[in-house]
Amino acid sequence: MTGNGVLQIVVYFGILLLLARPLGIYMARVYEGDPSVLTRLFGPVERFFYKFCGINPDEEMGWKRYTAAVLVFGAAGFLVLYLLQRFQGALPFNPQKLPSVAPGLAFNTAVSFVTNTNWQNYGGETTMSYLTQMAGLGVQNFVSAATGMAVLVALVRGFKRHSAQTIGNFWVDLTRSTFYILLPLSVVWSLLLVSQGVVQTLSEYKTVSLTQAISYEKPKLDDRGNPVKDARGNPATERVHVKEQVIPFGPAASQIAIKQLGTNGGGFFNVNSAHPFENPTALSNFLEVLAILLIPAALCLAFGKMIGDLRQGWALLAAMSLVLVSFTCWCAWNEQGGNPRFGALGIDQTASESNPGGNMEGKEARFGIVNSALWATATTAASNGSVNAMHDSFTPVGGMVPLCLMQLGEVIFGGVGSGLYGMLVFAIITVFIAGLMVGRTPEYLGKKIEMFEMKMASLAILIVNALVTIGTAFAVSTKAGVAGIANPGPHGFSEVLYAFSSAANNNGSAFAGLTGNAVFYHIALGIAMFIGRFWVIIPVLAIAGSLAKKKHVPAGLGTLPTHTPLFVAFLIGVVLIVGALTFVPSLALGPIAEQFMAAR
Amino acid sequence: MFTLIRNAITSLILFTVLTGILYPLSVTGLAQALFPRQSNGSFIMKNGNPVGSALIGQQFDKPGYFWGRPSATGPFPYNAASSSGSNLGPNNPALALAVRARTSALRTADPSNRQEIPVDLATASGSGLDPHISPAAAAFQVRRVATARGLYEATVRAAVAAHTRQRLVGVLGEPVVNVLELNLALDELR
Repeated sequence: MTGNGVLQIVVYFGILLLLARPLGIYMARVYEGDPSVLTRLFGPVERFFYKFCGINPDEEMGWKRYTAAVLVFGAAGFLVLYLLQRFQGALPFNPQKLPSVAPGLAFNTAVSFVTNTNWQNYGGETTMSYLTQMAGLGVQNFVSAATGMAVLVALVRGFKRHSAQTIGNFWVDLTRSTFYILLPLSVVWSLLLVSQGVVQTLSEYKTVSLTQAISYEKPKLDDRGNPVKDARGNPATERVHVKEQVIPFGPAASQIAIKQLGTNGGGFFNVNSAHPFENPTALSNFLEVLAILLIPAALCLAFGKMIGDLRQGWALLAAMSLVLVSFTCWCAWNEQGGNPRFGALGIDQTASESNPGGNMEGKEARFGIVNSALWATATTAASNGSVNAMHDSFTPVGGMVPLCLMQLGEVIFGGVGSGLYGMLVFAIITVFIAGLMVGRTPEYLGKKIEMFEMKMASLAILIVNALVTIGTAFAVSTKAGVAGIANPGPHGFSEVLYAFSSAANNNGSAFAGLTGNAVFYHIALGIAMFIGRFWVIIPVLAIAGSLAKKKHVPAGLGTLPTHTPLFVAFLIGVVLIVGALTFVPSLALGPIAEQFMAAR
Repeated sequence: MFTLIRNAITSLILFTVLTGILYPLSVTGLAQALFPRQSNGSFIMKNGNPVGSALIGQQFDKPGYFWGRPSATGPFPYNAASSSGSNLGPNNPALALAVRARTSALRTADPSNRQEIPVDLATASGSGLDPHISPAAAAFQVRRVATARGLYEATVRAAVAAHTRQRLVGVLGEPVVNVLELNLALDELR
């Protein structure tokens, strides 16, 4: 890595950690119902909202009712988004006259956005009308993120309350997350992004004349669309001249702001934040990659504030940051190393002040190596899944790093809310293992961890890991699954493994060579996303309900303190070991095999 | 259960109005008022007509123009209506073939140039629409462009420098040259 590369990583994490504390404390106040500046602005809207929906904000829910609300709200969101896509052809805000979306793709996309995954089997500019983007995908960007935050807050209440039957009101948590946190940040972010050149307009696509006309050979087709062969039996081609460029637009900035802040990740355009209209400058890139981890980082401290011990939040944030910084450097190091196959072709891959060097296939010149690697690791550490470079073209080990970060269960920062509740599940496992070592009943934050919590925590982790491994195995042993693979050899296996790791962990990034726009992947990945989201939420809320009922146990001599470096190291160890035990065999078949083959 | 369903549907309607319609439309209004050029695609105007976007690259393959990053969009390069990367794996033989074709095109256009080719000129960008190349990739092409246009190398070099953007506050991002703006400026010189 270059000196500047290290500096950029340091600046990034410095500013992230600086902003995490004030935002975290603000969020804790929002969830505890303390008034703030924004209460004046949104307070009346919030009250109108409850009145219109027939919600009593003071009503408390038990964990089962809270879970039912999450599921019903998800189901309603799925249905609306599915129908919106199916009928977009007949609806307004569609200047390009894009047709309605096919059933398989509409199903996959609806599941994808409701589960906060944003896996995309389509290219935005060629598939989705402005109405679908705004009122369908955009809405789920907000509310799926807010759902994750609500579930987290419910779990925190489980730790905080004692001898209680309830864990809060889902509608209130959902509404407050949206009004007081996601919406204001999105307005600020979208205007900052527009200032950099991100487009924000409802006008139709524009055509310009090219400065230099170009031509290309296109396979000749007959009236039925079959390829024509010439006299020698080779496919015939015809020369096509191109004099114009069609430039797509749309209300992109407003969408991009929330897709980054809400760890959604669904791009407005096909190539996501590699597209110059989504991410035009170094500053826009910095703002977007900052937005990926901002709320997940701040939530750690909001959690600390809410349970009345900020040190607990810092401990979790420290564990996350240590893993991510090392993984970022690992990825950047490999990408900066370049592609050994290019050595013989007279190509200069050495980094200098005027040349980014390294493996530049699939990367943008304005981002170079370090910003592509930083983004790739941040977006997979968080379950964001937006990309500013094509992960499929990363070096074998450079591409394995984002894959591993997803397979760790999206707990290194993770999705907004979902990352931290995942990490808290790991913390429960960690105190349990520590308890086994010294033969004491484990406690976490003053609550005894017993059989029910352990069962639920194990379920939350096992279900997702089983989805990834079984899904991958199933796909590579069926014709339909193999048909989607683009690259030969172990890299093709990596594409499938990446797809299921991404879907089941609700990330949404891809080794995009894989053709996901086929019935098999629509359904298989749709199921993986659905189970990976809601079958984790259910055990987590069950833990919340069970903890809330328990009495508070004061810390004794034998209690393991959970804010110390020792605990941080122990937690990291548990996360890494669970991930490694599950996934090393499959990684050996993909990126590790490819690395050794390349080295020969 | 019925209450939950009613709550879910009514709140979804309100969220749709607020975050799906009011939010993007008011951001559009603010953006159009505050940053009209950026929000409408950063177009470069020549005699009152748009000739392209400063952010969306165009394909150049004549020796008198600076060439941009190779583009993997289909069916032709720099198809802005369908952004795409190559998604070729690092060890895919198709990548080696593509890179060889790109380097041989550069060599054929400028046989006397013995320098190594900067990597960004031989590799496809992520978007297929990358408007930039590295300063090294521009320097590599200066002599070819100058010869084809009958200009002094110093003149071309000065034009490159004028369209080079350094790192933000010397730290963030990478230094880049905007290819379309540079080529348009060269056309003006004639």
